[in-house]
Amino acid sequence: MVNTVNLWLKAETNPTILKDYPFTAVLVDGIRTPFLKSGTDYNDLMAYDLGRYAIQGLLARNAVDPSSIDRVILGNVIQEVRTSNVARESALGAGIPNTVPAFTIALACISSNQAVASGVDLIRSGQAKIILAGGTETMSDIPVRFKKKFRQKVLEARKYKSPLDFLKFLKGLRPKDLLPELPAIAEFSTGETMGKSADRMAARFGVSRKDQDEFAMRSHHLAAKATQEGLLNDEIFPVKVPPKFSVVNNDNGFRADTSIEKLANLKPAFIKPHGTITAGNASFLTDGASASFIMEEQTALSLGLKPKAYLREYNFVSQDPKDELLLGPAYATPKVLDQMNLKLEDIDIFEIHEAFAGQVLAVLAALDSESFAKESLNRDSKVGQIPMDKINTMGGSLSLGHPFGATGVRLVTTAANRLHLEGGRYALVTACAAGGQGHAIILERYQG
Amino acid sequence: MSYLNITKKENVAVITLNQPGEKVNTLNEAMMDQFANFLDDLESDVSLKGAVLISGKKNNFIAGADIEMFKARETAEEIEQLSLGGHKILNRVESSSKPIVVAIHGSCMGGGLELSLACHYRIASGHSKTIMALPEVKLGILPGTGGTQRLPRLIGIQKSLNYMLTGKNIYARQAYKMGLVDELVHKDALEEAAIKAVHKVSSGKFERTDKRTSMEKMIESNGLGRKIVFSQALKQTLAQTKGNYPAPEKILEAVEYGYKHGKEKGLLNEAKLFGELGATYESRALVNLFFAMNNAKKNPQKDLVKPVNKIGVLGAGLMGSGIADVSINKGKYSVLLKDRDLESASKGEQGIWEDLNKKSKKRIITKFERDEIASRVTGVDSYAGFDGLNLVIEAVFEDLNLKHKIIKEVEEVTSDDTIFASNTSSLPISEIAKASSHPENVIGMHYFSPVQKMPLLEIITTEQTADWVTATAYEVGVKQGKTVIVVNDGPGFYTTRILAPFMNEALLLLEEGASIEFLDKAMKQFGYPVGPMALLDEVGFDVGAHVGETMKPMFDKRGARSSEKAQELVDEGYLGRKNKKGMYSYSDGKKKEVNTGIYKYFGGTNRTNPDMETAQFRMALTMINEAAYCLEEGILKSATDGDLGAILGLGFPPFLGGPFRYIDRLGADVIVKKLNGFAEEFGPRFKPAPILMDKAKKGEYFHKD
Repeated sequence: MVNTVNLWLKAETNPTILKDYPFTAVLVDGIRTPFLKSGTDYNDLMAYDLGRYAIQGLLARNAVDPSSIDRVILGNVIQEVRTSNVARESALGAGIPNTVPAFTIALACISSNQAVASGVDLIRSGQAKIILAGGTETMSDIPVRFKKKFRQKVLEARKYKSPLDFLKFLKGLRPKDLLPELPAIAEFSTGETMGKSADRMAARFGVSRKDQDEFAMRSHHLAAKATQEGLLNDEIFPVKVPPKFSVVNNDNGFRADTSIEKLANLKPAFIKPHGTITAGNASFLTDGASASFIMEEQTALSLGLKPKAYLREYNFVSQDPKDELLLGPAYATPKVLDQMNLKLEDIDIFEIHEAFAGQVLAVLAALDSESFAKESLNRDSKVGQIPMDKINTMGGSLSLGHPFGATGVRLVTTAANRLHLEGGRYALVTACAAGGQGHAIILERYQG
Repeated sequence: MSYLNITKKENVAVITLNQPGEKVNTLNEAMMDQFANFLDDLESDVSLKGAVLISGKKNNFIAGADIEMFKARETAEEIEQLSLGGHKILNRVESSSKPIVVAIHGSCMGGGLELSLACHYRIASGHSKTIMALPEVKLGILPGTGGTQRLPRLIGIQKSLNYMLTGKNIYARQAYKMGLVDELVHKDALEEAAIKAVHKVSSGKFERTDKRTSMEKMIESNGLGRKIVFSQALKQTLAQTKGNYPAPEKILEAVEYGYKHGKEKGLLNEAKLFGELGATYESRALVNLFFAMNNAKKNPQKDLVKPVNKIGVLGAGLMGSGIADVSINKGKYSVLLKDRDLESASKGEQGIWEDLNKKSKKRIITKFERDEIASRVTGVDSYAGFDGLNLVIEAVFEDLNLKHKIIKEVEEVTSDDTIFASNTSSLPISEIAKASSHPENVIGMHYFSPVQKMPLLEIITTEQTADWVTATAYEVGVKQGKTVIVVNDGPGFYTTRILAPFMNEALLLLEEGASIEFLDKAMKQFGYPVGPMALLDEVGFDVGAHVGETMKPMFDKRGARSSEKAQELVDEGYLGRKNKKGMYSYSDGKKKEVNTGIYKYFGGTNRTNPDMETAQFRMALTMINEAAYCLEEGILKSATDGDLGAILGLGFPPFLGGPFRYIDRLGADVIVKKLNGFAEEFGPRFKPAPILMDKAKKGEYFHKD
């Protein structure tokens, strides 16, 4: 006991709020498939496939009877119509008994953060003991559609009776109506692409192109280093892609050899010619999946499992999708700290989702800004400056990749692993999402 | 007892077959009698338009005729009568003026399918559990209730011969495609669809279309074409049976006769041939084998079984992935398939997936089912996750030190009651157990290659093996679809031990001047599926040499001469098929030409073959004699186990019934005499086992029945 007190001395001087829930949720284990650039080795797979590989990997290395799982929750953003509840299909396909309910969450880039949060809620309230939370995404096979006019014609044609009716089909249809339609990553409410929005936000907080390129380079170099040193081995479960069953061991998106010079040469991708966001400092289209076991603490212990971390307070926030589309973390972070009466300095590990380098740096600038604190957060003083060496030390979405629905569980898993690798008591995970939404959660390292 | 439950719906009698107290329906005399009575009612009841025949069992229509009924009759005449009795009822079904529609869901085998063939309309569920077959040939008989006459007339001669000569399964979709069934429906719609079909047939609105290909129609529609079909089929059949199995020839004869003389005479002839076949030694041996296999499915210590959910398999080579394959496919277990690196583990996974993918392409399973089953095996390169395993089966290289290292590694990560099973084919289990801190958990589970196809599992227990461990391993084996025998530990256990002197004798014959093709031909003629030379190539010279080395001390004690050639050839770089250097040359992975180069180790290319029968008996009797030693020494617990092990594990000719049935057939005295003669001529290795001499002296049999 004495040792424990010494170790947590810092916390003693700063009385933390630990809310009294009937049950406590812990993260037992988390894994993910290697994250691959779209159009590479996972090109022929569905999100369903990636989801079941992640689930299969989690089941393989944890002595958990699949029939004892209470719920499977997966995040997924770009929906394949054949598997609209992809959580259910992936669970069944991975051999989870059909008696285990499953649902899919669509909350843009924080879908699997919501999967974790929903799991925590079910456990805290005593409705569940074992949750499998994860996410899956393929950007290699996004739904390309016919244009609206053609779609309407096709649907009408189902009611045609005589062969002559089919002449109606051609009436008013022009050749251009037959062109396929690609979905754009643009806000529905504003019509603005995410890159454009992030570009404007970077400008608002005075984040330079050079700062962004440096942050991007840092992410790539850290991801390469972590991969080389095997630090990601604990979270990656290799995938063997049929029919050749070639083994995919690692992520393939990070560039170990990237340099400031190379990044500086890239042209702005969204706002031309003066924008600062380029393909080099933005996250790329990625395929991948993640899965984690979230359990009620005593249940995990009784199964002989070693939890990695407590899942403590969390929140979801949302703002104006036009001007503050990706600023969610700047709101969610102080809020979650307040929920536990913690200060920024109390946090040892930060995992911040990297949609764009400019977006992360804008968030960090906002947190460190007195005016933002006063005007937007209604606080007397700024939240503070997060030391760079606590942030994303094993790479981030810019370098490892960002399969929308899967990233959240990667962040939570990595944060828990870093608590053990780097040491420390608290980790804070925060992420932004389309729609002007954001999320933060605090993990506490599990002792023992 | 009532086998039939009859209700009336929409002027149709719905007959539900439901054999009391059994999981499946079998055709027996009581059921047939009740059915005959019903036929009377059907004819006399004017309100009835027809009848539907359906099963009340889950996933079973009729599993076939009750074999006990067949076993109880001895002479050809009695058995012929049995067949004629069946014909009488089925002829009545066929000639009924009111349509009888059969609604099939689940297994529909043998007599069950023959009954369906006599009906006027067949509906099947499109379910994967709906499987039809005429497997009589496997019991050394022919489909004796009209199958040889009605099936060819329904689906064509060539197709029907294919199914009757092999006894292989016909899945619902195939059955529909070839016209064996007239309609496919969802299993829950069967009864309603069948009732509708009665009205359809009764109102004359149904006409069956010939689904044969135009080529088939052309060939089968004239006498000359048919003659060619039958003579070709006979040629192929004889090439396979070597004349050892009378049933396939009689099946051909039955079908051909029916086309020459018409169906009515064809049926009478079928019954006659059925009687003749049923009384043969071959058929009796196959029926005994069938019963022995069924009995081996029953775990003698079922109450001691502990649950197994997840199995670890070490080594993802041919054996390891085969074990994983039957574990997930048949046993529905989850498997962690571990190898030294992920690439090797992944190769094992790939093989399993490819088999499943083939099944999904043939639409036996869906793609989703393929995924679901494939997800039960995960290739890994570490022991992560092994803490949750109930059973670990090692299939690594045959090296005692390696097995010791592995057993220690496994025990470090697993719990105190995780079973450690070794798939060694020759290393004594008690030697392997020496490295274990829980020797009571150590057991041998000896599978045969290719595991997916070979039906035997030889379980080896040591003096220390706990009973619950044996019981649990047995249960796993049965769930994996294996026929299980339990033997005691000793050099080579049972199967390897009796194979070793057999191979040794083959090598000695080779040293004496016999040719490779002669030795293989001799034993194939004797009834083995593979000859000893080809088998040695498959097993590998290194494995053969290793096995020989392990067994040598024991044989030396009996003064038996062991060939040193296997080791010599290994030293010269011959490993068999695996390095394409063996008794045969393998170009492009395909055999088959004798590798004459190898003769330089056996006295040159000038070969002089001994008398065929002497060679056959020298090889066969060493195996049989060694089996007798195994029974005498308590390695074997019963003669039945010995028969099962030799037939299912080593390909001992099934029509001979196994080493012990064969001894009983020829008489122990005859065997002893032959062995003594050989001992005098060829050396003391042929000295008969004392138990054989004892049986010979007392005139006793190994089997009571």
